[in-house]
Amino acid sequence: MIKRNLPFAAIAVVALVAAPLLLEPFRLGLLAKYLCYAIVALGIGLAWGKGGMLTLGQGVFFGLGGYSMAMYLKLTEAGDGGLPDFMVWSGVEELPALWTPFANPVFALCMAVLGPVALALILGALVFRQRVRGAYFAILTQALAAAMVILLVGQQGLTGGTNGMTNFFELFGQDLAEDSTQRGLYLVVASVLGVLYLATRQLVNSRYGRLLVAVRDGEDRVRFLGYDPALVKTVTFAISAGMAGLAGALFVPVVGIISPALLGVVPSLELVVAVAVGGRHALAGAVLGAVLMGYAKTAFSEQFADGWLYLQGALFILVMTLAPKGVAGIGRSILGRLRSARAT
Amino acid sequence: MLELRDVRVEFDGFRALDGVDLTVPEGELRFLIGPNGAGKTTLIDVITGLTKPVAGAVRFAGYDLVGRKEHQIVRLGVGRTFQTSVVFEELTVVENLDLAASFRKPLWSLARRRKGVSEAVEEALARTGLEELAERSAGVLSHGQRQWLEIGMLLAQRPRLLLLDEPVAGMSSDERERTGRLLTEIADDHTVIVVEHDMEFLRRHASKVTVLHEGKVLVEGSVDQVSADPRVQEVYLGRRPSDAAVGERS
Repeated sequence: MIKRNLPFAAIAVVALVAAPLLLEPFRLGLLAKYLCYAIVALGIGLAWGKGGMLTLGQGVFFGLGGYSMAMYLKLTEAGDGGLPDFMVWSGVEELPALWTPFANPVFALCMAVLGPVALALILGALVFRQRVRGAYFAILTQALAAAMVILLVGQQGLTGGTNGMTNFFELFGQDLAEDSTQRGLYLVVASVLGVLYLATRQLVNSRYGRLLVAVRDGEDRVRFLGYDPALVKTVTFAISAGMAGLAGALFVPVVGIISPALLGVVPSLELVVAVAVGGRHALAGAVLGAVLMGYAKTAFSEQFADGWLYLQGALFILVMTLAPKGVAGIGRSILGRLRSARAT
Repeated sequence: MLELRDVRVEFDGFRALDGVDLTVPEGELRFLIGPNGAGKTTLIDVITGLTKPVAGAVRFAGYDLVGRKEHQIVRLGVGRTFQTSVVFEELTVVENLDLAASFRKPLWSLARRRKGVSEAVEEALARTGLEELAERSAGVLSHGQRQWLEIGMLLAQRPRLLLLDEPVAGMSSDERERTGRLLTEIADDHTVIVVEHDMEFLRRHASKVTVLHEGKVLVEGSVDQVSADPRVQEVYLGRRPSDAAVGERS
């Protein structure tokens, strides 16, 4: 038990103690952003890696979470009876009814998670019950991401349109520009990721996790074991959506913006690529992939702004053809070889 | 216990089952035979909800099965295996059995880790003789062992009616022998329907046989009665009754 948790504990110490001490605020902020993506990746690892549901639209859930949080932040700044800046620019004169409850932080946070969960439950109930799976499910989720972008862009007065929402200054009375606030936010993100990772690992190792793998490998057979695979898939999809929503809510104060460009088809695909590169069959692989790819994107884009997309595509093809189990799989096989070499 | 009345199944105009009547009382071991395309697997598919009949009634223990989903039928106590065994290769033998034994638990309670081995799983392991392989991953099992694991999973479900689709197909003679003993044992306290091609196997283990031909029940009776029936000899082996007796392998 202790041995199994040792790598996790070591990483937790590095993430929670060493990183805030050693990294300058800008880099720590970037790491916090990658960790937000890692939370989404964890959900993808669960839904795709364990449950076989290739979800290409996690950006939708991430966006719902992000927009919920952004609405709360905007309303705090606007003050009582005030209107968010972009609404004024769009000629909106009265706060839309949809916005009003988001002035309450508890409501906003709940909606950031429950909104995506509810959408995933509805979508899952409709889709999985009809036995839509594989590529058809993937295409459907991608279409959802595209539709979401169109919806957000079209509702300029309600959502800020293409520009989305930005210029957040305060979170629960704390100045978001302050290093200490950003450090605190980083610690919250890292802790949330840690807790979610442990919870997801527990789920994967439970009977439910075994059932999920069984659904992935033989959905039709599972029916004859007395289970309803549609229910198992819907619940799992909803859990992964909830994680993406929470990640979106954390992302907004960390990065300071939410816009359609951050949650459409491309960002959704990028996350799936990250999970594939990290290793979709291991939860740690999904998390690692998101952090690595996030870091690589920043580092590479700093040097060659246009090259990243090509490199990312090439990396995806390379991983899929040469190491389908990703970085985690390579790590595991090296460890396995070392162990067997030591044993002989 | 199981009653099929005038069951008809059509696939694009082809009548796979054409008015099948079948009654299997509780505790019986019934063999279902017939040439390829006779409708044996389709019949099992209809009972288990995989195929919907265009007409007819399927009743089991007082429940109407037509229109119910596969997992709902399993929950009523009907279990099946497939011609090609499907076990979950990434899971161990015990995990496969445990999954089969846990379907009555509410979904949320499955979020806990499995502690030890339940009584149903232990019993299934013992009956199928897979104790030694319990912790091995199902992916490394041989064909015969996979079939036993499937039968074990079926037993772990604790069904009242078991439907086995060609359980000895592709097995060595030793494995067939062992599977036959296993089936006879299972039949002591379950109602079992077995689809089987192998006449030798049938002679050794069957009590009552139903012969299907072109989607209809041709004959029903003991192995000897069925073997002696000239219609069976003609359709099943494609020979005239005078040519040979059913079951004699050339």
